Amino acid sequence: MQPESHGPWYLAFRRLRRNRLALVSLAVFGLIVVFVLAAPLWADHVAHTGPNATHTTETITVDGEQRDVVSVEGKPIGPVWFGAGGKFFLGADGGLGRDEMVRLMYGGRTSLFIGLTSALITTLLATVLGLLAGYFGGRTDTVISRLLDVIWSFPVVLLGIALGVALAVGGLKIGPLELAGNSIWIPILIIAIVYTPYMARPIRGEVLALREKEFVEAAISQGAGALRVMFGELLPNLWSTVIVFFTLNIANNMLLEAALSFLGAGVQPPNSSWGKMVSTGVEVIYTSPLLAFAPGVLILLTVLSINIFGDGLRDALDPKSKVRLEARAGAPEPEGTAV
Amino acid sequence: MARFVIRRLAGMVVVLFIVSVATFAIFNVIPNSNPAQRMAGKNATPTLVKSIEEDWGFDESLPVQYFETMKKIFTGELISYSESANVDDKIVEGIPTTFSLCIGAAVIWLGLGILFGYLSALKPGGWLDRVLTVVSVAGISLPSFLLAAVFLYFLTFKVELFPASSYVPFTEDPIQWAYHLILPWFTLAILNIGFYSRVLRSNMLDVMKEDYVRTARAKGLSERRVMSRHVLRNSLIPIISLFGLDFAATIGGGAIIVESIFSLNGVGQYAAEAISNFDLPPIMAITMFGAFFVVLFSALVDIFYAYLDPRIRLGTSAQ
Repeated sequence: MQPESHGPWYLAFRRLRRNRLALVSLAVFGLIVVFVLAAPLWADHVAHTGPNATHTTETITVDGEQRDVVSVEGKPIGPVWFGAGGKFFLGADGGLGRDEMVRLMYGGRTSLFIGLTSALITTLLATVLGLLAGYFGGRTDTVISRLLDVIWSFPVVLLGIALGVALAVGGLKIGPLELAGNSIWIPILIIAIVYTPYMARPIRGEVLALREKEFVEAAISQGAGALRVMFGELLPNLWSTVIVFFTLNIANNMLLEAALSFLGAGVQPPNSSWGKMVSTGVEVIYTSPLLAFAPGVLILLTVLSINIFGDGLRDALDPKSKVRLEARAGAPEPEGTAV
Repeated sequence: MARFVIRRLAGMVVVLFIVSVATFAIFNVIPNSNPAQRMAGKNATPTLVKSIEEDWGFDESLPVQYFETMKKIFTGELISYSESANVDDKIVEGIPTTFSLCIGAAVIWLGLGILFGYLSALKPGGWLDRVLTVVSVAGISLPSFLLAAVFLYFLTFKVELFPASSYVPFTEDPIQWAYHLILPWFTLAILNIGFYSRVLRSNMLDVMKEDYVRTARAKGLSERRVMSRHVLRNSLIPIISLFGLDFAATIGGGAIIVESIFSLNGVGQYAAEAISNFDLPPIMAITMFGAFFVVLFSALVDIFYAYLDPRIRLGTSAQ
């Protein structure tokens, strides 16, 4: 009888399928994505208002009773659930009387969009830089590594703040690329660049180790060029590392975006995000705690589900991998210890 | 050892220079608008902008501008134009608060991180390990402002267990100092508690596979002695260098959110205020000092590390 044989991806999939916690996390993340994607539907058909529309002086009928959206003292209405047919489901925010539920959904779009795009950019930059530095070595390696060291020398939050504020005031213009100060791409680029060294260094380490393997020598002796070796031979061996890094990076980026926006150095008006909503919510925490807690808990749920799933993914793809959740913070990758 | 120290310090000077150029570039070169206008703040008059332009030499070449900027920051001449206050004085004022916050938090995260990591590694896969893993991942995923908001709402407002925080100087009343800082300490520590316990756990699991651990067991040492004397001690070495870097990064920026939300009048709160007003000079100075502090501190940690581990100072990396 022929023994069953399966490829590594199938085996990883099977291992992942057995990890119940990781699957639950994936489901939670999926629900959050559905929640933010449904924003326009909810806004148009249930709440009948937009995320930036103010209702300061309006009244609504809740269960047959007239109530101010914002009271005379400036206190916004609390959650009314379906009391007003879905309007002000979670009440209104601050003194402007904007629909909190609608804002949560649209704010989540910004948070998730920034987290995902910046993680994509970080992964792309880090993989290419890591491959170049590790494969060519010598002067290329020195230049790339020193460049990454400069970014590395700054505390993550501080560098994010410095760039965030300087660019929010001035906007950015590099060649044909021109961004206004309140463009959402400014925080995306900042976050992507700030985290690049944390991913590029370990990838470079892995490339250094792989480069000595026989299959690379074989490819070179068959006449493969540098590009072919890097992307055809080395990259396929890095996939599991890259995928796990990408996943965990989304979580880190969302946390950094939240921190920057909370401080005012991230997303700029008229855009909003969960981090920004927490910072306005904290100002009225003793009277309307929900305004800080709701976006805060959503950030926590999203980040937690990504972290747990990413951890499970790592266990499934490469149980011996050194890529850990811990690799995120300042964890230095000591020279020459990779693999 | 002396050779290692000299080499490391020389490297440090180079990095300091590059970091200062990078900071200068972030504020004065990369953004796309008149730098004097940016420095002046939101409600600047044309005369103020004009005088800043001359004072900072913004019509001169970039090296001259760099020199002028560095001179301003390091001789205490830097002015926040929108607040008309001296930036370096404000930073110096905030240092005691920031250090009180960061040192206390560091003690907590190191202590609890090591305790949790050690307990997790005793029986990997056991129930305690699983519970602590969930707690650690939650700690890593928890935004500090959410925890701060929960603490403020439930522990200072709903149940008045702790004072709605403000800073009481240690020299005035040590007990009140600690009482007012407990919530901020834990808020700042929580991320690293999760992080350190996971790092220590995986270090310990690696060390347990070493031959000398088997030897220790074989010669009949008790399990507790093996774990504490042999496994834990050797697993702590990488934690030292990690701790140095994280501590520096916390002082140089990590404490900003916690200080601003608990209204502790430290460097972080000053930074947070400057950010919300888009007041650039303070942010520039804090970024510069923060990055310098991290670079200096990591050089010191490396030297300390080399002192502990001869393989490093002799340049034969652990292979």
